[in-house]
Amino acid sequence: MKIGLDIGSTTIKCVVLDETDSIIYKAYERHYSHIVEKAAEVLARLDKEICKGEKALLSISGSAGMGLATACDVPFVQEVFATRVAAKRYAPDADVVIELGGEDAKILFLTHGTEVRMNGSCAGGTGAFIDQMATLLKMTPDEMNEAARHAEKTYTIASRCGVFAKSDIQPLLNQGAKASDVAASIFYAVVNQTIAGLAQGRVIQGNVLYLGGPLTFLPQLKKSFDKVLKLTGTCPENSLYYVALGAALYSDKALNLAEVADRLEKYSATASYAFDPPLFASREEYEAFRVRHAKASVPRRPFTGDVGKVYIGIDAGSTTVKAAVIDEEENLLFTSYQPNSGNPIPIIRQLLMEIYRAHPGLEIGSVTATGYGEDIVKSAFGVDYGVVETVAHFTAAKHFMPDVDFVIDIGGQDMKCFKIENGAISNIFLNEACSSGCGSFLQTFAQALGYDVPEFAKLALFADRPVDLGSRCTVFMNSSVKQAQKDGASIENISAGLAISVVKNALYKVIRASGPEELGKKIVVQGGTFYNEAVLRAFEQEMGVEVIRPDIAGLMGAFGAALYGKAKGRKQSTLLSLTELENFTQEVRNVACGLCGNNCQLTVNLFPGGKKYISGNRCDRPITHRGAENPLNLYEYKLHLLESYRAEPGPRGTIGLPLALNMYELLPFWHTFFTKLGFSVVNSGAASRKLYLEGQSTIPSDTVCYPAKLVHGHLHKLSKMAVDTIFYPCMTYNVDEHLGDNCYNCPVVAYYPEVIAANCHELQNIRFLYDYVDIHRHKDFVKKIGAILARIWPDITRPEVYAAADAAYAEYDAHMAQVRAKATEIIAKARSEGRQIIVLAGRPYHVDPEINHGIDKLICSHGAAVITEDSISHLVEKFPTSILNQWTYHSRLYAAAKYIADQPDMNLVQLVSFGCGVDAITTDETREILQEEGKLYTQIKIDEIANLGAVNIRLRSLFAALEQ
Amino acid sequence: MEYQYPRFTPEMKKTHTILMPNMAPIHFEMIVEAMRDEGYKVELLDNSGHDVAQEGLKYVHNDTCYPALLVIGQFINALKSGKYDLDRTALIITQTGGGCRASNYIHLLRKALVKAGFPQVPVASLNFSGLEKDSGFQLTLPLIRKVLAAVFYGDELMSLANQTRPYENQPGSADALVHRWVREIADQFDKKHGVTLADMTANFNAIARDFAALDVTYTPKVKVGVVGEIYVKYSPLGNNHLEEFLHSEDCEVNLPGLMGFVQYCIANTSITIRLYGGSRLVALGADALMKWLTRREQRMIDAIARYPQFHAPTLFEHTMQLAKGVIGYGNKMGEGWLLTSEMMELQKTGFENIVCAQPFGCLPNHICGKGMINKIRTIYPNANITPIDYDPSATRVNQENRIKLMLSVARERLNDHGSGSAGTPAPVYGQVKVPGVKVPGLSPAFAEN
Repeated sequence: MKIGLDIGSTTIKCVVLDETDSIIYKAYERHYSHIVEKAAEVLARLDKEICKGEKALLSISGSAGMGLATACDVPFVQEVFATRVAAKRYAPDADVVIELGGEDAKILFLTHGTEVRMNGSCAGGTGAFIDQMATLLKMTPDEMNEAARHAEKTYTIASRCGVFAKSDIQPLLNQGAKASDVAASIFYAVVNQTIAGLAQGRVIQGNVLYLGGPLTFLPQLKKSFDKVLKLTGTCPENSLYYVALGAALYSDKALNLAEVADRLEKYSATASYAFDPPLFASREEYEAFRVRHAKASVPRRPFTGDVGKVYIGIDAGSTTVKAAVIDEEENLLFTSYQPNSGNPIPIIRQLLMEIYRAHPGLEIGSVTATGYGEDIVKSAFGVDYGVVETVAHFTAAKHFMPDVDFVIDIGGQDMKCFKIENGAISNIFLNEACSSGCGSFLQTFAQALGYDVPEFAKLALFADRPVDLGSRCTVFMNSSVKQAQKDGASIENISAGLAISVVKNALYKVIRASGPEELGKKIVVQGGTFYNEAVLRAFEQEMGVEVIRPDIAGLMGAFGAALYGKAKGRKQSTLLSLTELENFTQEVRNVACGLCGNNCQLTVNLFPGGKKYISGNRCDRPITHRGAENPLNLYEYKLHLLESYRAEPGPRGTIGLPLALNMYELLPFWHTFFTKLGFSVVNSGAASRKLYLEGQSTIPSDTVCYPAKLVHGHLHKLSKMAVDTIFYPCMTYNVDEHLGDNCYNCPVVAYYPEVIAANCHELQNIRFLYDYVDIHRHKDFVKKIGAILARIWPDITRPEVYAAADAAYAEYDAHMAQVRAKATEIIAKARSEGRQIIVLAGRPYHVDPEINHGIDKLICSHGAAVITEDSISHLVEKFPTSILNQWTYHSRLYAAAKYIADQPDMNLVQLVSFGCGVDAITTDETREILQEEGKLYTQIKIDEIANLGAVNIRLRSLFAALEQ
Repeated sequence: MEYQYPRFTPEMKKTHTILMPNMAPIHFEMIVEAMRDEGYKVELLDNSGHDVAQEGLKYVHNDTCYPALLVIGQFINALKSGKYDLDRTALIITQTGGGCRASNYIHLLRKALVKAGFPQVPVASLNFSGLEKDSGFQLTLPLIRKVLAAVFYGDELMSLANQTRPYENQPGSADALVHRWVREIADQFDKKHGVTLADMTANFNAIARDFAALDVTYTPKVKVGVVGEIYVKYSPLGNNHLEEFLHSEDCEVNLPGLMGFVQYCIANTSITIRLYGGSRLVALGADALMKWLTRREQRMIDAIARYPQFHAPTLFEHTMQLAKGVIGYGNKMGEGWLLTSEMMELQKTGFENIVCAQPFGCLPNHICGKGMINKIRTIYPNANITPIDYDPSATRVNQENRIKLMLSVARERLNDHGSGSAGTPAPVYGQVKVPGVKVPGLSPAFAEN
């Protein structure tokens, strides 16, 4: 008898085979993270029912089985390998196996050179991801599958990780997108993630086998794979058991199962893990802590008929709706806190009607909306004011501590931290994808472990050895928690560990503080997450300071909004009347904008009286129907300049240039160079999501930045454009503008052509020139490029090369001069109109709309002008920096930051591509340069992510801070 | 903005204890000895564990590469330990000066020191690129010679220990021998010996002889090569004790030597000039230095090759050639073409299983590591390479699971073929003299793409 046990991240699978390798027993059960106990239970059962005390051949497999196997001395079979063993035996015709598990994704190529691959440490498209997304849709995975069947269209959802996807999905839901469409989009995101992460240049074709839980239970997911791969794969019998089968087939050690079960139980007693000091040393300490925090409370008053004029604040957050009503003395009369269920409008309508009905003749001074849903609430209900979240929270914090230095707000999804100097917000920190540990994160874990949130938080308080869980991201956290459980950490210690990790994440990742002195002495913490006393305590412990946590920590946005409205001093609110609310209707329509290349999916909400609210747009064109080009947007201008480089007929053939990475700056150079030499020069044009998807299967490293990943799409596109030659040189050095100590390109920009040459099979029949060329030494360049060209076109003469090079350098200079002249013009125009000027600082390739996601337009829609870092960097002399200033693009960034010091109407917003290692260095330096000059620093991290909700809050906070 | 950071002045040589991170344990112990002989008070840091990474996360941008987090965390952890007089302690860190972010470690360290409250602690740069010329720490010729000798000895000891450890009959005998030789070399350095060509040849031979005399039994084992970003490749702190893990999985491990990286840096000097222009004189100087090193390298290889049971490393010249047609020699940031070359070399010498280790988000390795695996596989279809990312919160289990996948495939092949290093003396792949390669100096052909 052979037994295979597959202990995965969420389930345990087991099979028993007889002498002929036929299955005589199989079982599939969830283990709810009680891995050791469950495994012991399964083994004991097998011993009793099947083996009846006899020895059997046994091996263990699965991601959670590894440590266990070693501990109880059972042979371990790596799970992907086990799948292969089973596939060879039970599905000998399969060419490719795609297996999705709880937390792993795997692709096995079985024919034409066996290759087995599994996802790296950063990955989302797995069972756990689907569960997480289903929770977001308030569905079970099965319901999600059913919903996806009725989808009419799909949205673009970032698939790299659950966190990214969440920030795409939540706003879609809030804007009224249909759940069925979102469900289908999630499945496509999983497919894209699997292919982008694991195909790595190999084509998935032939007989494809789908294995694992998600592909077995979710036929729509399987269909999505079929559709994208353009084939029909099969989900075989026993598709859940392949790993267990492989383990059974590979087993060769006879063991007594009861003894193994015994050893397992002993194992949990011996394991150990890294831990932090306890949150409270004693009960007394805890009591003192409680008493201290009870003091920060807001005066309340019953909401009776004689309260006088009231002010209402509504905070329509991403997952909840909060409301507060205050009177003239700023007493709190009424509060409300409820989940928004994907659409805040009906909930707020209900709430307002209840207030009207309970208080006939109520005198409403003003109603103020804030939060993600601020705009839609404003246009739906005739609300008086809208205020950006950060300002609302700051207003509320001031109420508790007028001289507050620092406010930290940790909500369900977002973390907002801001520093206050001289009564105004001087610095804003918002969480990003990899620093997303917030309230919902604690909630998810509490639920997964079978507790509600308050109960879970209580457990943490007296934990003796809180687990040290690190602070990176939710995906990592999952596996850390599971490991800690295997190592014997109690629920108490895990709860405390999670609370500490949320705090560390806020401090070290979001704020990047190294000590309390950086935050200041007067700190107010708020947001629903701080109701969790473990989090509150962990924060005080980590920073070594005592902070104020208002008793309405979770309602500070709404409270602040009410205060804000009150301060405006309006006499009579414009809020809809009770009758109007009773007759209120909301109609949601989805349309594609189509006014420009972004082709935004618009969600149009129609309200009574012809009022309309459009969302999903990046710019204000669908609303204002203004002309295409904004005269104050240098990003648009640069893009137009590049579009003007068109192919001319050329006798020597056609050369293709990928418009990616540094080509975004050097297109004028190379286009002119090759055109002058008699080539017809075409380029791949600006990128799009479609272009990315077409190139994604050849990306070898899934953690490289998005602009680099796009190169694969550009090459794919060029390969279809009937070009003889693609020219994409390796360039160690960039142009030398004498702003730094050296003039390097970053390693990715410098050498990405090597990756293309090594991985893109589209290039098989095209000449791909990717020689090492540098243009910073004019004389050496002509020699070098001459030799390269002579290799292929011996008829090109030296004088021709010299002339072409001269023309190329001249064109490059002219191009840069044109950009800079336009910047001068924009600055002058903005100044004459009294507008803010934003230096949207990135790299040349951030001009691509697929990379910047229309952030330039978004800034312009706030009435500001947008210029680039390279349009002002030449106005600064080289100056000392505290880091090694050795990359040309980044030298411009520092120079631009320096330049705006004495330009009161200029501010800098830095675009950072996710995964840009160089920016780990540049962001801190740029921040320091700006802060030294008393300027605000704003950073926007971008990736595949397409939604601009969080970006908008950041920008509005910036503008609000500038107005103060 | 600029910091006024404290310089490491010549006087500090007498007054200050210099703390140094331990990247490659065997090599660095000897390098430290060499520095002590030159009058520096140096101490190699061995603090490790949870707090080291935590300090790093606290004082360095969390998206910075893992080696920077660890090294800076290790320094700050040491300074906070109370073991050192803060006014009489200095730090030393290597600086490569290339286009990778690693050139910025020293600046990140200085920033971190200010943040952590140690602004008085000076940092010296150990580099061959002429950066930080005003520092009181200078590589004098005698020191350079000792350091280079230490790197050679370290490579030989590491290579032979790795080839012996899996097969030794007395567990621990190989490590004991390494330890004995590290002491021996330290003593020689102390007496101003061990750096001439003759001394080195004698030592190379004696080391090989001692290892050959160890009592071993050869059985077929899975052979695994380790390549990657230099810090996580060698440092157990950086790679979660990768060598130890592979050893516990009953593998023979091969870490290509540290001298390769030194030679790679020298080769790049002349390649850069040939590719993009620059001083011919500098290029010739680099070639001469390369020639000088190659003579010593050859002696080491000869010493090992005398024993057929060992596979000697191949000449750098030869390793370098293997990158040709796979990746361009202009790819010089981080480990650049050397990493690809090493993977090719391992394929050629029976180590088709490879762990390619890098910090999470390592920029150069997107290209020369992960980016080249497909291409290597088209040349060596059996290449079984697994890239592993290291970072403060990647779990060890996750990493080991992926390595185990690679090992499963390797074991299956070992069982299927039963050949490889089966039973006895490994086949002599460590061919000493490479046909067609004349002695040193870089042929200009290498500089072509």
